[in-house]
Amino acid sequence: MSNTIHDMGGMHGFGKVEPERDEPPFHAAWEGRVHALQRAMGAAELWTIDGGRASLETLPPVTYLSSSYYQRWFLGLEKRVVAFGLVGADELAAGRSLRPGKTLPRQVTQADAAKPPIRGNFERPTNTYARFKIGERVRTVNINPATHTRLPRYARDKEGVVEAIRGCHVYPDTAALDVHNENPQWLYTVVFTGQELWGPGSDPTIKVSIEAFEPYLLPA
Amino acid sequence: MADREHDHGHDHSELSDIQLRVRALETILTEKGYVDPAALDTLVESYETRIGPKVGAQIVARAWTDPQFKAALLKDATAAANGLGHISPVGSHLIAVENTPQTHNLVVCTLCSCYPWEVLGLPPVWYKSAPYRSRAVIDPRGVLGDFGLTLPPDTGIRIWDSTAETRFIVLPMRPAGTENWGEERLAEIVTRDCMIGTGLPQAESRK
Repeated sequence: MSNTIHDMGGMHGFGKVEPERDEPPFHAAWEGRVHALQRAMGAAELWTIDGGRASLETLPPVTYLSSSYYQRWFLGLEKRVVAFGLVGADELAAGRSLRPGKTLPRQVTQADAAKPPIRGNFERPTNTYARFKIGERVRTVNINPATHTRLPRYARDKEGVVEAIRGCHVYPDTAALDVHNENPQWLYTVVFTGQELWGPGSDPTIKVSIEAFEPYLLPA
Repeated sequence: MADREHDHGHDHSELSDIQLRVRALETILTEKGYVDPAALDTLVESYETRIGPKVGAQIVARAWTDPQFKAALLKDATAAANGLGHISPVGSHLIAVENTPQTHNLVVCTLCSCYPWEVLGLPPVWYKSAPYRSRAVIDPRGVLGDFGLTLPPDTGIRIWDSTAETRFIVLPMRPAGTENWGEERLAEIVTRDCMIGTGLPQAESRK
């Protein structure tokens, strides 16, 4: 969902940032397991990275805020394996498998796991031209879809400048809903002044950019 | 026997709800043949031992000492980093943003936790926390203050909200007093926070 608690830019009241000295990659063994389970199940490509994000964003707000990061990953993964029919709710309750598994399209073997992890490439070939040019003034759309989007609330209906064109990329708004609907769109870095985003009281020395897909933009 | 039972009960009660649920899910996914626990071990280990901010620090140190590399890095950080050869491969659309006396860069993902894993490892808890995600875009000076960092009032701050599959690494300014340092020594002062924008390299902080 779009207007959910995950979209935090500009909110007040969460307090100070608390850096931790010499922070370990995982604070408990289970965090590492969740991290690995998520990556191993993600490799099956039954859902997209955007679909995975959407499953976290749709956690109830109180759950979202009161869970640690890897707890959220776990809750999202649990939701997804049930939604995709890979695991039954009865099996989660029983804590063990009650029937044979399905065949996954892809699985992570130990040999795969030993390779250096490398991010997928989300850029896609296109025969379209980018609608906007570097330096062009644009206005972001005012949208409030009930489904996944990567246009943060604080940057909707705001005027900014195209600073870079990043190529044509998988469109999260559709790919989150359907693994087969990549619907590639041009991606831009669009920069806004602090005052445009936060009003005249903003720190005048700040500028904020978002990575904006073309459907998020209109000519200013 | 009674003692054993007691011990067993004690161990059990110390396993938290989340530990039990994660263990149960892993058991189910393993029994169904979806995951291989040995592969999971290896996935965990890669981020505990191999991938971390040292990779990014090597990239920054090279950029400080090799102007051609720096130009290539700012043009296409993925290609430049992969050209280094001795570091683990870097995925697509890594973007290096350069700090200058006029502009300080700060990277955030307000929506979740997008972060350049391959060059910085896994993001720290604070990067994924509500205070950082909410405030970085509206009150960056306050956030930097939480890290003990005060920038000159006229320095511009540019915040990069990682809202897509592009990933950002900050190229900090090389501190004064490091003119005769070699690449290896320089890499030691490039902390993870320097490459997110919540820290600055310090010539005197070398251990």
